[in-house]
Amino acid sequence: MQVLFFYLVALVAVLSGLIVVTAKSPVNSALALVNTFFCLAVFYVMLSAPFMAAIQVMVYAGAIMVLILFVIMLLNMGVEPYKKPTHVAWGTIGSALVFLVSVFFIQRGEPTRAVGEITRDVVLRQGHTELIGKAMFVDFLLPFEIASILLLVAIVGAVILAKKEV
Amino acid sequence: MITVGHYLVLSAILFSLGTFGVLTRRNAIVIFMCIELMLNAVNLSFIALSRHLGNMDGQIFVFFVMAVAAAEAAVGLALMIAFFRNKETIEVDDINLLKW
Repeated sequence: MQVLFFYLVALVAVLSGLIVVTAKSPVNSALALVNTFFCLAVFYVMLSAPFMAAIQVMVYAGAIMVLILFVIMLLNMGVEPYKKPTHVAWGTIGSALVFLVSVFFIQRGEPTRAVGEITRDVVLRQGHTELIGKAMFVDFLLPFEIASILLLVAIVGAVILAKKEV
Repeated sequence: MITVGHYLVLSAILFSLGTFGVLTRRNAIVIFMCIELMLNAVNLSFIALSRHLGNMDGQIFVFFVMAVAAAEAAVGLALMIAFFRNKETIEVDDINLLKW
């Protein structure tokens, strides 16, 4: 039953991904990408990471995609005119190569036993958000602060880029 | 039983789809969305491996990937708006100001 559900959601995710890369209009691409994000949120819940699923829906499907859709509507682009067949063929070859190499490495590695102490039972008992918070503010405090500086720099950069005269 | 291999193969499929989009599309915003797709594929494998190994570090990395993606969205879309204001297009074939 669970495997069937996995394959169903995976099918929807891959089909939406295909629509993202093939759709003529950028708006259709953006909507299909939102669909893929929701499928990935379902997978995060299946992997017992509910906080990550919530962030996925709020940050990616909410904030970032709204920003992208806003820019698409603002710039008012049409459909893409014409694609060279050789261009598409080389792209297919390149991405197939990437896929084959990654599947080769996935098949080659052997799954090891779990080494950490965060099992499904621990997550259910303590709560995922608490575990994330503990890891983030104890072990990863410096990267967290660096990420906040990065976001500040990005805001300043976006404001400067969007000014009328640069 | 769903193993970690299932998630990794799905992640590989999504990543190569994103690669295909980056290599073949010409609209800069669609290329940007394909990069988001690749980032999400990597996030999926991070979380699957983090659950498999019983470790929290992979999920923290996903958090940072999301922060970087948000910063990238802000700066990248501002760049596209600035470029569109000057050249009236965001087709990457026409963006060749720095071509030697």
